[in-house]
Amino acid sequence: MIRSTQRADFQARLARRKRQSTIFAGLCMAAIAIALLMLVVLLTYIVVQGYSRVDWQFLSSFPSRFPERAGIQAAVIGSIYVIAVAGVASFVLGVGAAIYLEEYASRQKFTKIIQVNIANLAGVPSIVYGILGLEIFVRTLALGKSVLAGGFTLALLVLPVIIIASQEAIRAVPPSIREGGYALGASRWQTVWHLVLPQAFPGILTGVILAVSRAMGETAPLIVMGALTFVPFAPDGPMSRFTVLPIQIFNWTSRPQAGFHEAAAAGIMVLLVLLFIMNAAAVFLRFKFRDRM
Amino acid sequence: MQIAENILQTEDLSVFYGNKQVVTDVTLDVPRNHITAIIGPSGCGKSTLLRCFNRMNELIPDASITGKVLFEGQDLYAETVDPAEIRYQIGMVFQRPNPFPKSIYDNVAFGPRINGFRGNMDELVETSLKRAALWEEVKDRLHASALGLSGGQQQRLCIARTLAVEPQVILMDEPCSALDPIATLAIEEVMRELAEEYSIVIVTHNMQQAARVSHYTAFLMVEDQRIGILVEYGESRQIFTNPTDERTEAYITGRFG
Ligand SMILES: Nc1ncnc2c1ncn2[C@@H]1O[C@H](COP(=O)(O)OP(=O)(O)OP(=O)(O)O)[C@@H](O)[C@H]1O
Ligand SMILES: [Mg+2]
Repeated sequence: MIRSTQRADFQARLARRKRQSTIFAGLCMAAIAIALLMLVVLLTYIVVQGYSRVDWQFLSSFPSRFPERAGIQAAVIGSIYVIAVAGVASFVLGVGAAIYLEEYASRQKFTKIIQVNIANLAGVPSIVYGILGLEIFVRTLALGKSVLAGGFTLALLVLPVIIIASQEAIRAVPPSIREGGYALGASRWQTVWHLVLPQAFPGILTGVILAVSRAMGETAPLIVMGALTFVPFAPDGPMSRFTVLPIQIFNWTSRPQAGFHEAAAAGIMVLLVLLFIMNAAAVFLRFKFRDRM
Repeated sequence: MQIAENILQTEDLSVFYGNKQVVTDVTLDVPRNHITAIIGPSGCGKSTLLRCFNRMNELIPDASITGKVLFEGQDLYAETVDPAEIRYQIGMVFQRPNPFPKSIYDNVAFGPRINGFRGNMDELVETSLKRAALWEEVKDRLHASALGLSGGQQQRLCIARTLAVEPQVILMDEPCSALDPIATLAIEEVMRELAEEYSIVIVTHNMQQAARVSHYTAFLMVEDQRIGILVEYGESRQIFTNPTDERTEAYITGRFG
């Protein structure tokens, strides 16, 4: 008697639960559809506007007062220079810090405080890093508004993300591997260098490349630290002044002539292609290193 | 009981994790060129005791010890002793095979390399693999990944890796617990041969194994909240046929633990 009413209840509820489930799935699908749609609209808009401008002339020219003659060479080379500096600097510092925190630091209050602060730093607005870069690199270290100063500024910006990603990659190496090393008389350094790092490397590399790709799209910190907006020359060394793609794009979009808007759209396409290449490199390297083991 | 010259000795050894004591006043002599087994119920401190012999417990942040451990009469925990050097002379094989994600060859060569070995590496790798009874199975794929070996082969590789640095003592923490009976017998056979040149201390849950391979057996226990009490220690033959302590008898006949 009781069981049969229970069963009827269950059936009624089951129908309702199934309905809820369907509605929820529908909502989730709508969410992703909206996100994708926005992306497609955006990309289409940019490609339609910009694609006629993407040619060799555009890639090999410097900025100009005349929209049809304006090109992006200075910004592309500037971006590559700055990202190279930022990548190397943040890789060395970030991986070093992560190794220290994971393998050397004792698990004490002090380490925990550092840990929390690194996580917080990852959330600091990027413009703040620009101010820091201006003070430290441009003024105090007298690097001027150079490629080096710009690269270091972006390195600071992505450092927290790289430290956290590297720490996770290092932590994912099973402790039994370290024990195996120590049990053979390996020093801490030997264990880290020969056993832990090779295994953590694909993860570290992915973190670094993703973080640096993000840095490539940054405008605010570089404007604050004094990158140029109109650069009729390609940087020729680490102490050269420079501009980068996002700054050039920003500059073009703020001009009234429609021709510059087309140039901006074309610039965005170039930036997207560079980002795509970097992400592809991350995937490729990851697989390459995984295969080797 | 009649014991050969001792290579390892403990005197009133106690180990703490934080303020929890897990080995209680253990005094024990490990004879040279014999196999000594440590048995006892789960959680009684066997692994902890074993890890005192090569100072692996130091890698655990809040572990501490009191009492003494002597290696060939020298205080193992003296300030002047470098733990890396100790681990070079006192090797360890773990419960789960933990080959490095490198080739079979590089696994064996790792220890000699980091310790600055300058002889013929190929020869050393070959003899080490032979002594671990693995050579025949892997000689054609020395440069393949060690992760492609079976569990039993991996464990023998870990033994070969330990042998390659030519230690005096080999500590084994349940080396066969992840293996099937055939692989287990293969490893026991290896142990018997190694015992001619090496001193071996083995932790095991397997009573038959202890009885089969070991010359001496130590029985550890937990009693009244006190962990890691050495109940009885003596020749395996005597421990397994005619134990003096009734708690040992209860344990080995399977009445508890
Ligand atoms: N890192 C640690 N921190 C705190 N307590 C620990 C730690 N490692 C082990 N212990 C405790 O110490 C006691 C002894 O552990 P140990 O691993 O030596 O036991 P065991 O005899 O080897 O057990 P098993 O047969 O299950 O491997 C257990 O009560 C365990 O909970
Ligand atoms: Mg154990």
